[in-house]
Amino acid sequence: MDEYLILMRLDLITKDAQPSPEQMQTYMKMYQDWVGGIAAQNKFVGGTGLSTEGKVIKSGQIMTDGPFAETKESIAGFITIKAKNFEEAANIAKACPILNGPGNSVEVRKVVGVDNTH
Amino acid sequence: MQSSEILPHLFRNEYTKIVSVLCKHIGFERLETAEEIASETFLTAAETWGIKGTPQNPTAWLYAVAKNKAKNYLQKNSVFQNKILPELTKSQQEPTGSEIDLSPENIYDSQLRMMFAVCHPSISSEAQVGLSLRILCGFGIEEIADAFLTNKETINKRLFRAKEKLREEKIAIQLPGAEEIEDRLDPVLSTIYLLFNEGYYSISQNKTLRKDLCLEAIRLCSMLVENKITDKPQVYALLALMCFHTSRFEARQDENGEQILYQDQDTDLWNHDLIVKGEIFLNKAASGIRLTKYHLEAGIAYWHTRKEDTKEKWENILQLYNRLLQLQYSPIAALNRTYALSKANGKEEAILEAEKLNLKDNHFYFALLGELYLDINRFKSEENFRKALSLAKTSHDKISIQKKIDQFSK
Repeated sequence: MDEYLILMRLDLITKDAQPSPEQMQTYMKMYQDWVGGIAAQNKFVGGTGLSTEGKVIKSGQIMTDGPFAETKESIAGFITIKAKNFEEAANIAKACPILNGPGNSVEVRKVVGVDNTH
Repeated sequence: MQSSEILPHLFRNEYTKIVSVLCKHIGFERLETAEEIASETFLTAAETWGIKGTPQNPTAWLYAVAKNKAKNYLQKNSVFQNKILPELTKSQQEPTGSEIDLSPENIYDSQLRMMFAVCHPSISSEAQVGLSLRILCGFGIEEIADAFLTNKETINKRLFRAKEKLREEKIAIQLPGAEEIEDRLDPVLSTIYLLFNEGYYSISQNKTLRKDLCLEAIRLCSMLVENKITDKPQVYALLALMCFHTSRFEARQDENGEQILYQDQDTDLWNHDLIVKGEIFLNKAASGIRLTKYHLEAGIAYWHTRKEDTKEKWENILQLYNRLLQLQYSPIAALNRTYALSKANGKEEAILEAEKLNLKDNHFYFALLGELYLDINRFKSEENFRKALSLAKTSHDKISIQKKIDQFSK
């Protein structure tokens, strides 16, 4: 079993795309059911949601507020899972409920150590 | 109470108090001496009371005899007298190092300290539970062996090794400081939790013993919430959890000792007082920022004390299992989550999720699938129950699964 990172990307800047509190509750439930299902297979390693505010520091010590100024695809959260291979990890990621929103995406990356050169 | 019943009853309660107080007084290195003095006290009681009858205040009698025996031991023990006692008198607040204090306050304080000493991380969790049962709950070696489904020799060896280890490590009988308390509390809570589970889920036939284990676990946890240093939210959560579970104790088994499933339980047998207590403790647990498995399990147990079979109930249980599994995986939690999913979101969805669980050597897994397929596909339902039967280990499990299979031929 390897570890895979699932990055969840959402549009966090367009006003119309932001959910109402009620919608938010429904989304949270769907999200928890999805993660709960992964955890029930003993394939959940860790993960969390992220705040919508942020700071971006660029080379030359240039700092901007929020990662969202240039893109509608911001990282809203991530989880790490255990899977046999990319295919299994991608299958788990396919069921991620944020994919119900148009324009949203998830990205699956295999976790490798910094000293791991393969 | 007959005099023949009084002594065993007193033994359970007073033995542990005497041992804890003596240990606090003469040091943990002399735990065995403390146990000997306590045992001898009861031996003397058995002999004297048999001839002269039970004294008016049996507890006071026991304490007086224990004090005398301890004093004799201290006087006879010249090494102690010459080398250790001067040290003790130096380090202790009370100048009369030989006065043994059996006041309720000191008993409580000694037992609380003892709880942290025997749950020291340097010994295995099995040994922590064993020592707690012996020194804090006054269980006999035979009873402990019965609870662990093993023999007396194994328990004796285990307790002996654990005591040796605590002596070698020079574990002090004291409460940890404020900065250490969170870390040191964790093994104490797991010990209480294991003790409780031993009573609640054990397949030992002795129902009285099992209920005693549960009540002792509740008593130890109550001691923790009565102290300012240890009354943390997670302690209240564990206490709430145990109250909710214990409230259903009488409804879980029929007169033949057979398990009764949750949905078939006679809710009149649920203990309402314990449910109310559990709710009070659960409210107190809702502070701080640390969400422990005890909080989540107490929440699940709370919803199980609601009799009505609503969607809201199962939705809440499902969400609590979702969180619990992210904190700590266990096959039973995974199966229970899937059951809650079937109640909240429907059986079809639950079947899809169940098939991903991959618990092919677990009879509960196939029993759950059998249950989920019951109204959807009778053939698959029966097939799964048969698989469950072939994997079940205890006769109780086999009987209850066989009952399910028998319904198909009706």
